[in-house]
Amino acid sequence: MIAILGMIVGLVAGLVFQPDVPLWLEPYLPIAVVAAMDAVFGALRAFFDGIFSDKVFVVSFVGNVLIAALIVFIGDKLGVGAQLSTGVIVVLGIRIFTNVAAIRRHIFHA
Amino acid sequence: MPETPADRLRRSLRHPSRGQAVVAVLVGLLIFAAVTQVRLYSAGNAYSGLRQSDLVQALNGLQAASTRANSEIRKLTKTRNQLRNSSEKRTAALVQANRELKTLGILAGTAPAVGPGIEIVVDDTKGEYQVNHLLDGIEELRDAGAEAISINHRVRVVAQSWFEDADNGIEVDGQIVTAPYTIDVIGDPDTLSKALDFPGGFKDDVSLDHGTTAVKKLKKINIDAVREATTPRFAQPSTPAE
Repeated sequence: MIAILGMIVGLVAGLVFQPDVPLWLEPYLPIAVVAAMDAVFGALRAFFDGIFSDKVFVVSFVGNVLIAALIVFIGDKLGVGAQLSTGVIVVLGIRIFTNVAAIRRHIFHA
Repeated sequence: MPETPADRLRRSLRHPSRGQAVVAVLVGLLIFAAVTQVRLYSAGNAYSGLRQSDLVQALNGLQAASTRANSEIRKLTKTRNQLRNSSEKRTAALVQANRELKTLGILAGTAPAVGPGIEIVVDDTKGEYQVNHLLDGIEELRDAGAEAISINHRVRVVAQSWFEDADNGIEVDGQIVTAPYTIDVIGDPDTLSKALDFPGGFKDDVSLDHGTTAVKKLKKINIDAVREATTPRFAQPSTPAE
């Protein structure tokens, strides 16, 4: 319940404040968003499995975002930033699909 | 009995906990970042999210395209200048040719002419006017600078013109002209009329043949009679010897 509330608050805040993203953050923001989405879907799956823990969720959320950003940062330093961010997006996308499939099995039993 | 996921969902919706608040904050953060990213991307600037290497590549591509375009411009400008040059030359040649055509048309009698001149009316009631007197007269007019001559507004007198006696008049270039003969001449009116006056000249010849001469000086005289241009059968243009 509160989670949905937080979602709405975040949406409204993003639309109202229209924050300026610092230049150094710009390449990492899309990656961070996808990594966080992965964490959220993972948490949802854990919730349906009955093994959800808020501590794990926080750690995985922050960890996902940091590692994804770190990978892209290192890629930028090595000159393969574009390729590595594509790779990160692909891996996270696969994980999101897996998690969503598990959630779907819980909800529809199929 | 173990809890089903649906039960768990219902229970957590009914009983908020500390863990849910943390989740709410993090989910809110995620949505906030997602909205910001979407807005940033759709704000338009296609290059704002690119990395340095991508930008360098894009810049290189643009530079190459610009170089190509520049060389294309140079080539096309050169072609345009060449075309303009040749077209200017052609126009100048055309203007020159047109001017020559007009001049030569007056000389050859293929074009109508207008200008100051005199109108001579030779009344030959007795029919005694001789062809060689007319011919002499025309030669004298030419001597006085006549530039275009026509007889009876019908026959244009040119370099190739020939004169012959006919039953009831004079045959000029195959056409019979009859008295009274009206000779239109373009040239300096004073000089032309004086050329008719001297002893043994045009007027004397006419009175010798028992005719009368009337001369009118005109500021503007139209010679509308033209002749067909003839292509020479034997004479060919030749390049002058250097």
